[in-house]
Amino acid sequence: MTMLLSIQSLSKTFGGLEVVRDLSFDVPDGTATALIGPNGAGKTTVFNLISGVYPVTSGSIRMCGVDIVDLPSRHRIGRGIARSFQNIRLIPRLSVIDNLLIGQHVKLKRPLDVLRPFRFARDHEWIRAAKAELSAFGLSQYADEPVGLLPYGVRKRVDLIRAILSSPSLLMLDEPAAGLNASETRELHRHLDILRERGTTLLIIEHDMHFIRSICEQIVVLNFGCKIAEGPFDQVRTDQQVREAYLGTERAT
Amino acid sequence: MSGYQTGIIVLLALNTIAAYGVYLPMSAGQLNLGIAGFMAIGAYAAAYLTNACGWPPSAAIGAGGATAAILAFAVAMPMLRTQGIYLSLATFALGQVISAIFLNLDIVGGAAGYPVATHIEASVVVSAATLVVSLVWLMSTTRLTVYFAAVKNDPLVADLLGLNVKALGVAALTVGAGIAGVGGALYAHYFNYIEAQYFGVMLSTYTVLYVLLGGTQSVWGPLVGAAIFTLVPEALRSSSQWRYAIFALFIIVFMALRPQGLLTRGLSRQRTQARAQSGSTNS
Repeated sequence: MTMLLSIQSLSKTFGGLEVVRDLSFDVPDGTATALIGPNGAGKTTVFNLISGVYPVTSGSIRMCGVDIVDLPSRHRIGRGIARSFQNIRLIPRLSVIDNLLIGQHVKLKRPLDVLRPFRFARDHEWIRAAKAELSAFGLSQYADEPVGLLPYGVRKRVDLIRAILSSPSLLMLDEPAAGLNASETRELHRHLDILRERGTTLLIIEHDMHFIRSICEQIVVLNFGCKIAEGPFDQVRTDQQVREAYLGTERAT
Repeated sequence: MSGYQTGIIVLLALNTIAAYGVYLPMSAGQLNLGIAGFMAIGAYAAAYLTNACGWPPSAAIGAGGATAAILAFAVAMPMLRTQGIYLSLATFALGQVISAIFLNLDIVGGAAGYPVATHIEASVVVSAATLVVSLVWLMSTTRLTVYFAAVKNDPLVADLLGLNVKALGVAALTVGAGIAGVGGALYAHYFNYIEAQYFGVMLSTYTVLYVLLGGTQSVWGPLVGAAIFTLVPEALRSSSQWRYAIFALFIIVFMALRPQGLLTRGLSRQRTQARAQSGSTNS
């Protein structure tokens, strides 16, 4: 199986604090991988290193075999890396469609497209493309609504659609199910199923274990910045170190 | 049309141009408090070109705008290393420095002011203002406006979505300065006299107020704001010296009632919905 993303001995220190330490794992093409661990384990930092928000201290991040640690963050989406955020970061006062337009940016063919007065055109291809994705995920009725007025679960999925409009090969989701109610979680699940059918590789930070179990083939467990376990869900679940990280050690009596 | 009315319309046109010079950077999250400085550069550069080099006024006015834009482009990179209130302070300081330089520059009259020999008609000023409004409106139908909003709202996310945040910031500041420069150049050739003191803090502050009052969410906001600020004080003229106090009170009450400005997105949305509904009942 080919590796889409390959992380080798990745480390990150902030001042004297080692947040990620000698981390290595692979994300095979076309799979879903979960990154789990207790709060403060360094999961979001790993996402920030992959998307280039922080420079790495040492180690390599290979995307399709090419090391991207020196690539400026804004060029990484062009290499197929897109992400969503833990707290939704859309533009509240703009409509759903306008927010989605920004997601299309890396797919523009010519630089001067930015200056094209496309709103004159009735049903411009950019608007059509954004609306097509909205309706593929059953959200077309919200197209012209300002994002700030939408329910939380819908905003989360609009955030995902904005990310996938760049046609990423790897989509990173930071706690997608956090704060969602049961029916919103089911809708999110369906949403991710569609993405998997399209062949998008997923890397997911999540605390909801049922959710992870039903979506991800592979789990990587972090604790204090180190990988403590890796493998399929059932194997990781019974791992002694993982149990200790989540539940604490049993005192010998 | 009386001379008084013409004067008001020219003032409105000039204020509108200046307001769009503030609006563009503001739509990308930059509060430019030094817009008067860029107007001064446009005014003095264009006046010097017509006075000393014999340029026709239209070319000189264009060149005045270009000079202001070039200067903004040159200072944008170091200035945009600061953000938010610090960027505003930097633009404020830049405006003060520019004004002080012209005050001491003897080649353009120094503190005595600089008479401008070539005169342009009111119609030229009004046409130029119409052109500026049309161009900014045209820009609002492109992706650029959405990108500016993205940079203003969340620069980190804009960057991760592939936008060149720095280039967009530089573009917003530069184009805004160019518009302000054109406004200054028009002012110089309509009134035929400029002095450095005119391009001071008050001019910058008022211009920012036009935009805030009109609203930054709609492309028509600055136009409406400039119109209110130009026309309402004239309408209050009968109450003589109290008009400034009344107008100040009006601004305070207004900003308390509509902190997002007069024109907001919600307002235009209601209008489109109303139109859509009336359209569906007709059919």
